[in-house]
Amino acid sequence: MSDRSLDGRVPFGDIRQIWDRHRFSMNLVNPSNRRKYKVIVVGTGLAGGSAAATLAEQGYKVASFCIQDSPRRAHSIAAQGGINATKNYPNDGDSVWRLFYDTVKGGDFRSREANVYRLAQVSNNIIDQCAAQGVPFAREYGGTLSNRSFGGAQVSRTFYARGQTGQQLLLGAYSAMMKEVSKGHITVYTRRELVELVMIHGRARGIITRNIITGELEKYSADAVLLCTGGYGNTYFLSTNAMTSNGSAAWKAYKKGAYFANPCYTQIHPTCIPVHGENQSKLTLMSESLRNDGRVWVPKARNDRRLAIDIAEHERDYFLEEKYPAFGNLVPRDVASRNAKGVVDDQRGVGETGLSVFLDFRDTIKRDGKEAVGQKYGNLFEMYNRITDEDPYSRPMRIYPAVHYTMGGLWVDYNLMTSIPGLFALGECNFSDHGSNRLGASALMQGLADGYFIIPYTLGNYFAAEHPHEDIIDVEHEAFHEAMQSAKDRFSELLNIGGSRSVDTFHKALGQSMWEYVGMARNEAGLKKAIEEIVDLRTQFWKDLKVTGTDVGVNIELEKANRVADFLELGELMARDALERKESCGGHFREESQTEQHEAQRDDTNFSHVAAWEFKGVDAVPERHIEDLIFEHVRLTQRSYK
Amino acid sequence: MSERAKMTLKLKIWRQENARSKGRMTDYTLSGVSPDMSFLEMLDLLNEQLISQDKDPVSFDHDCREGICGMCSLVINGQAHGPEALTTTCQLHMRKFKSGDTLFIEPFRAKAFPVLKDLMVDRAAFDEIIAAGGFIDIATGSAPDANAIPVSKINADLAMDAAACIGCGACVASCKNASAMLFVSAKVAHLSHLPQGQVEADKRILSMVAKMDALGFGNCTNEAECQAVCPKGISISNIARLNRQYLRAALLSEESESMDCLEEGSH
Ligand code: FES
Repeated sequence: MSDRSLDGRVPFGDIRQIWDRHRFSMNLVNPSNRRKYKVIVVGTGLAGGSAAATLAEQGYKVASFCIQDSPRRAHSIAAQGGINATKNYPNDGDSVWRLFYDTVKGGDFRSREANVYRLAQVSNNIIDQCAAQGVPFAREYGGTLSNRSFGGAQVSRTFYARGQTGQQLLLGAYSAMMKEVSKGHITVYTRRELVELVMIHGRARGIITRNIITGELEKYSADAVLLCTGGYGNTYFLSTNAMTSNGSAAWKAYKKGAYFANPCYTQIHPTCIPVHGENQSKLTLMSESLRNDGRVWVPKARNDRRLAIDIAEHERDYFLEEKYPAFGNLVPRDVASRNAKGVVDDQRGVGETGLSVFLDFRDTIKRDGKEAVGQKYGNLFEMYNRITDEDPYSRPMRIYPAVHYTMGGLWVDYNLMTSIPGLFALGECNFSDHGSNRLGASALMQGLADGYFIIPYTLGNYFAAEHPHEDIIDVEHEAFHEAMQSAKDRFSELLNIGGSRSVDTFHKALGQSMWEYVGMARNEAGLKKAIEEIVDLRTQFWKDLKVTGTDVGVNIELEKANRVADFLELGELMARDALERKESCGGHFREESQTEQHEAQRDDTNFSHVAAWEFKGVDAVPERHIEDLIFEHVRLTQRSYK
Repeated sequence: MSERAKMTLKLKIWRQENARSKGRMTDYTLSGVSPDMSFLEMLDLLNEQLISQDKDPVSFDHDCREGICGMCSLVINGQAHGPEALTTTCQLHMRKFKSGDTLFIEPFRAKAFPVLKDLMVDRAAFDEIIAAGGFIDIATGSAPDANAIPVSKINADLAMDAAACIGCGACVASCKNASAMLFVSAKVAHLSHLPQGQVEADKRILSMVAKMDALGFGNCTNEAECQAVCPKGISISNIARLNRQYLRAALLSEESESMDCLEEGSH
């Protein structure tokens, strides 16, 4: 471990003025010069879409890449709940300071104060921008915007568009992009996947992509590269992420020298529809607003497989209400998830698989009537019914936690630049704002803050200060040829292993190790076991993988193999990071570090820092750097929900 | 886990090597299908089986698998997104079928959606239509306070109804004319129900419709098949509304064109 703290390059000064002053002191690119700069934006979710649109508006030449057949399909689209901002329209005491404070505390004091403050500051601009784009936010009868309280927040600061907030915000960013496409400022490359990052003279200067339709490898050069490629939750195989969500772009950057920060911070969401069987391909989240009215319980007796209706009141264990009388079913996501796992491990889970707990609306229906409940939750009940064939009005829903979001990601400084000059990371792809636990309705806010309101300033500063375009290069540079060759070699290696097992069998096995040992509760022995199992699995993969077809044209197996090969390395780093962080914090629960009441116990003396890993070779131990976290504006407290 | 009755199905699936080659229906028998599987998980199972026999797996589009991204497609037994109303293929479950059933699985078919491989089609034409005007031209940073533009709850709700479109293209695939009117009208309705969208309303309608025609989508002859298959319940009343708005916009633009001529002539 190196002993000097990494420098997050946060400017000095009063936290309330840092961003303002920084915007003033940053260098500007003259508007007429901007078209000389080329920017590559990988990913078209909220972060990538908003960045591409805004940079194009400013006059830069933007090339945008996405893996789907249209930028409108990125997985931000699936976010249901809402987006936070400190408008304080309901006049209930919200402020920039309160959102800042809640986010730092909710992240269990493992994020960078100045970044979070800036996030809260720009949150209002996001709502203005999106409303002006035509995002159909929910409205009051007087025509003003509606707000609701979300995820246990004490103020109503969440804006929403029915249960499809992510979809509507994404379509807003997408429409802004398409507006720039029509003006010729953005070129969109769909069905492309980044397979190599190209570095020249120590800077990020381009990418190699694989065209998913033709199988061809393609070269693109630029003056800066922005990675907006989301999180790596699919390391677990089963998650609420989309099928093509992957960690490969960030992983390629890591292997070229970008530090990977806090990889072990994953968020496991408590209200997902449980696994139905071994052919399950992904998990579906239901909005956690359900916990406002649903009561979580399991039978008191072990292996009790009776129907809920046959289990008498005194035989039921409402374990969250019991244990946390003040918050009850509304305890934070990590606490709810861990307790569900606890009762399932105790063989008190319900359903055919025993891998779920009840979420029961019986009492609310009795109190408010079926109609009122239907109005509030009808859509969610329908979705549940469609997937499980069970009717939540007449029998309790079954839920179980699932991997949902990764707070870790590429390390970035205050300007969102990674440790590679010219390479930036935005949205879920970076590590910066959520600490070790993300609050509900904050992911959409962060993605759009990064893309609409932060990168447009900080990227200009990089260009004006560093003049990367004066180092004239094009795709004929030998660095491109080398990167191309290494991508080619990798794909032919994958095709030529000639083994007997399909990609999915490896991915599922990896997922099992990850879920078992690097999931909701972790301990030293388990994490060591996980590392062993993953290393072993990786060896097997490169010996016994079977990929059908060739590298010409569509080859869905080859695509997956390439991603899973990366997950098999990334999973190991996640376990390593979890092993080194011997404290519990937020979504990272180390069994060795708990209070007497079995709650997460932080260790601020030894772990009040970001862990940023440096690649040293696939089979070598990576180096752990740290960035000290200094809290000047919030007082560190132990979370308590009793 | 208790064994629920597994099903055996006969599958007839469209296989096509690439955009240039000719395709054909191919027969498969698949057993071990659990009623709780989604339709795409059933195809995953088939693919695992094909791989084990060293055969090329079936390519199909999908991503979120929760009915919101619009990436999945398929015509199942003649119906876009299969037999269940208001449901995308990824949210369709095998319990809707019986053991022994024969399933015909084909790609979305339309001149503007060429097949790329097997069940994958190219829907880039939809992006081109949006780029022709499906947006409000406001640059980042120039927006007024969000509450400075009041929107009645009714209009906000109507805008949201139309904005729920996921751009999957089932409307096109189910229309005998392969018209994209439901898609276009939904975007036009979303924006024109809002005051923010008024400024460019006429221009938007004219250029989106012109683009749709140029891309080879057919005309709408009120078959209403699009509404029947739309997984998001987008209503064809949007099309009627679009037609009215189109006439008005076309008329106005003709007038302003003739005005321009007059002015030029007077020089
Ligand atoms: S896969 Fe996203 S809608 Fe079906």
